[in-house]
Amino acid sequence: MDFTKSPKIDQVGLVERAARFKTRSIKKDAKIQGLKMALSMIDLTTLEGKDTEGKVKQLCYKAMHPDDSLDVPTVAAICVYPNYVAIAKKTLGASGVKVASVATAFPSGNSNLTVKLEDVKIAVDAGADEIDMVISRGKFHQGEYQFVYDEIATIKEACGTSRLKVILETGELGAADNVRRASDIAIHAGADFIKTSTGKISPAATMPVTLLMLEAIKDHYLKTGKMVGMKPAGGISDSKTALQFLVMLRETLGNDWLTNEWFRFGASRLTNDILLQLKKQATGIYQSGDYFSKD
Amino acid sequence: MAKENAFSLKFDTDWQYAPAPESSDHVEIKARYDLFIGGKFVQPNSKKYFNSINPATEAVVCEIAEANEKDVDAAVNAARKAFPAWTKIGGKERGKYLFRIARLIQERAREFSVIESIDGGKPIRESRDIDIPLAAAHFFYYAGWADKLEYAFPNRKVEPLGVAGQIIPWNFPLLMAAWKIAPALACGNCVVLKPAETTSVTAMKLAELIKDAGLPDGVVNIVTGAGKTGAAIVNHKDVNKIAFTGSTQVGKSIQKSIAGTGKKTTLELGGKAANIIFEDAPIDQAVEGVINGIFFNQGHVCCAGSRLFVQESVKDEVIQKLKIRLETLILGDPMDKNTDIGAINSKEQLKTITDYIKLGEQEGFEKFQANVAIPKKGYFCAPTLFLDVAQSSRLAQEEIFGPVLAIQTFRTVDEAIEKANNTPYGLSAGVWTDKGSKAFNMAAQLKAGVIWANTFNKFDPTSPFGGFKESGFGREGGMHGLAAYLKIG
Repeated sequence: MDFTKSPKIDQVGLVERAARFKTRSIKKDAKIQGLKMALSMIDLTTLEGKDTEGKVKQLCYKAMHPDDSLDVPTVAAICVYPNYVAIAKKTLGASGVKVASVATAFPSGNSNLTVKLEDVKIAVDAGADEIDMVISRGKFHQGEYQFVYDEIATIKEACGTSRLKVILETGELGAADNVRRASDIAIHAGADFIKTSTGKISPAATMPVTLLMLEAIKDHYLKTGKMVGMKPAGGISDSKTALQFLVMLRETLGNDWLTNEWFRFGASRLTNDILLQLKKQATGIYQSGDYFSKD
Repeated sequence: MAKENAFSLKFDTDWQYAPAPESSDHVEIKARYDLFIGGKFVQPNSKKYFNSINPATEAVVCEIAEANEKDVDAAVNAARKAFPAWTKIGGKERGKYLFRIARLIQERAREFSVIESIDGGKPIRESRDIDIPLAAAHFFYYAGWADKLEYAFPNRKVEPLGVAGQIIPWNFPLLMAAWKIAPALACGNCVVLKPAETTSVTAMKLAELIKDAGLPDGVVNIVTGAGKTGAAIVNHKDVNKIAFTGSTQVGKSIQKSIAGTGKKTTLELGGKAANIIFEDAPIDQAVEGVINGIFFNQGHVCCAGSRLFVQESVKDEVIQKLKIRLETLILGDPMDKNTDIGAINSKEQLKTITDYIKLGEQEGFEKFQANVAIPKKGYFCAPTLFLDVAQSSRLAQEEIFGPVLAIQTFRTVDEAIEKANNTPYGLSAGVWTDKGSKAFNMAAQLKAGVIWANTFNKFDPTSPFGGFKESGFGREGGMHGLAAYLKIG
């Protein structure tokens, strides 16, 4: 596979198309349905140096019970570092909320394959349902696309039955053409999901970059019939933006992707804003932030 | 060559957008509009009024006065009377009035957008985001030129022409009025403007706004009516300039009428633009550009990209993606903020378009239409593609002025240029390629007034617009747009 031949992207046209989705007006029932769908797609995330078992347990409870006063679904998954997978798995029990673990020397990816594989193995052995890996951006910029591909393929194998999300870290890739190429590499190497960002770099999940990754997924599907998931992560913190992403998803990939099996939001602050909006829809009044648990 | 395959996306989703209609409560439309002559609203000599119809509901919006020769004469006389003083106050003062009009349009943008969509059928998204902001932008732009005319034409003596007769079409009613009025006034001319008979309401609203702006009486006069009213303007002895935007057929008859009279003319006529996709193009963006190129404003755009030329090696991919994109276009109530395709402007135009679609079917070209529900009331037409259209077909030759795209293929750059130029028109063209040198080569060889590279239907007051061949002559917009309203010594 010659990844230098990935389709070209026109940045201006891409930005313009992404902006067009923002003009859709989502009101009333469509808004409630959209917000609940967005909530069900969240990977509730904590990836900090100061993470503790206590913090992870708190987050797991929130994942299972976003707000007991509302009729809302659970979030899709909890996303943590490998050493908290076991406690998250135990806390979540049979709730159906998945445990995702970052791995492969997250967030920089600057380590060798042995270490990365061990990182993955620890997470998988601890029961991670999903692995969020990072690609080697340095190698990518050096033009060593085969290296990047092989690394992803090897890690996919190490994941076993766990689903693999491949983080491109688009904020470090520069041009849109590069994001498309990295998407193609990840998809062909066996990614179950492609993901924009680690959340540690800005810009993270912008609409244009997400759109072009959705289009890479679309092209792959139209050629092979194989679905790949998408996870924009980082920077999506309010309901309005989340709905605009869902509009973009709906009008780019259609109905089959409108489920947390194929689309996720990597976010931590988004949950409470969605709950705030849903409560507003239910009661007609915006509530104080104090009525929503800060986890 | 990759063949189109069986995998398809499903856009008939469980998540449907709820209706999101723009409110029209804040808008006041009178039951009847008179003529605007000499700063006053006056009843027509003809005593006749005709109905303006909302093409999305077929309901009567209001009554519009029909101006006859006497009314046109009164309007031209009012303009002539106002001309000396309007010239004399100087560019700086004229600029102030134009700035004021521009600001008032911005302030009342919502009102104008809503009326434009009610009276003309275009989606509120377009009137709100494109028509009205661009109309204000034209006034702002030419306001800036009003006191700088001598710098536009260094070492030349410039003078206004006198009275300009301006006849505008129904596709962008307020915007076309702005295109015509703003440069004419900036240069010191007075105008008699005739909007199209199906879309006069925003022009009359503009007359009210001009009155509010305190523009001296008679500087702008607006007379409403159909072709006869337009002919009266064209044939009036005391008109110094005719600016017309509309069909090539009418443009030709205007030229016949004024031959030998010394009236200065600019004509902006029809088009049959080629949108050309090369195999090295950014395909997803090209597909989006083609969609916007032909379906913007229901295809009622003189520079619409109504012919698509695709390089054969990427034909299947492009067509598959066009079909997919068609599935997500929302057709319906122009007042709904989510509507992409509104109503066809009039019953007559819908018939014209439908006849072309029937012709395409009879000629045996493969037709693809978006799977959209057509509202029972109103004039609507599903976005339509015709594949492998022959260059010799009328579908590829004539301006349809509707949401119908004729798709053809090509093999080499030379073939693309030859076919694209093989038309009596020459208003616009689009080129899609990732290769800069190819885009420049195409731009040099395509015979069209505007050539867009990797985009389409982009308008800006600073950019001149106008045609080659039967698409007309003279330029509107930019510095070039001033020349059309000045004697340059």
